[in-house]
Amino acid sequence: MRSVILIAAMSLTTIMLRFLPFLVFRKETPAYITYLGKVLPPAIIGMLVIYCLKDVTPLQAPFGLPELIAAVCVVGMHVWKRNSLISILTGTVIYMVLIQAIF
Amino acid sequence: MKDQTVKLAFYRSIPVMAGYIVLGIGFGILMRNAGYGVLWTAAMSGFIYAGSMQYVGVSLLTGGASVITTILTTIMVNGRHLFYSISMVDKYKDAGKYKPYMIFALTDETYSLLCDGKAPEGSDPNKYRFFVSFFDQSYWVTGSVLGSLLGAVLPFSTAGIEFSMTALFITSFTEQWLTTKDHIPALTGLLSTLLCLVIFGRDNFLIPAMLLITLVLTLLRSREEGQK
Repeated sequence: MRSVILIAAMSLTTIMLRFLPFLVFRKETPAYITYLGKVLPPAIIGMLVIYCLKDVTPLQAPFGLPELIAAVCVVGMHVWKRNSLISILTGTVIYMVLIQAIF
Repeated sequence: MKDQTVKLAFYRSIPVMAGYIVLGIGFGILMRNAGYGVLWTAAMSGFIYAGSMQYVGVSLLTGGASVITTILTTIMVNGRHLFYSISMVDKYKDAGKYKPYMIFALTDETYSLLCDGKAPEGSDPNKYRFFVSFFDQSYWVTGSVLGSLLGAVLPFSTAGIEFSMTALFITSFTEQWLTTKDHIPALTGLLSTLLCLVIFGRDNFLIPAMLLITLVLTLLRSREEGQK
């Protein structure tokens, strides 16, 4: 029963966080929020890239090399083919090979 | 012609599939090891639907956390969702009946698929966003149920497959870089976060990073809007 309450607390808090901005700005969207809606997405994606790489240790072996190599491949594939699926698949397979077989 | 929207949404959601199924399996295994069966796992993936929070949630459940601690931890771990929602207020404005679920299901990955506000030609934009959100959650629930049922008996090593999430964000980052001329917001996000990671360390940098990003972009507002 205690678990049910805790799961409900996590669920409701998460829902509250996701809905709050929509409830606050329900009628007119202020110009400032429209502006943030335009500039935040690229900034947040940048933030998430760093967030995913936060456990990389550039000063200890393997010096973040698997992540760096795989990330460069993802960018390279994407500039070349412009196909998300191919970019993600290539990068992931290269990363898996790197950490399982090489580093 | 039949409505292509669901098919197009499915294609868009495929990049999330591998990552969500694997991370979901990880969560299911964790729950099973903590003594919670498949119904508990499915309930959490269905009602909370926030990857890192659910991982943290396992330790809250087993560690005997109080309700207040649980709520505060959830705010800390999921505070970033406020920012996702703020930036989608306009884009989700006319979503009608699809809107409540789309807001509920706005995870990091779904956000990265939909935050450019584009929908493919020949689709109903809101139905498209709804189904991208829905497919993503179905992968997450499927993965966590599989993890709970199968446990740690996967026949091959999946070490490193979690990089598919990193690759997804790098791809989104590259895509928006190639489609916009103004790189200031993207660089602001990258550099502010990096700075906060160095200053605050890997456990506490996300909230300072979000505040710094918002501050910098607010200060740059007249400059950014003057360009357009």
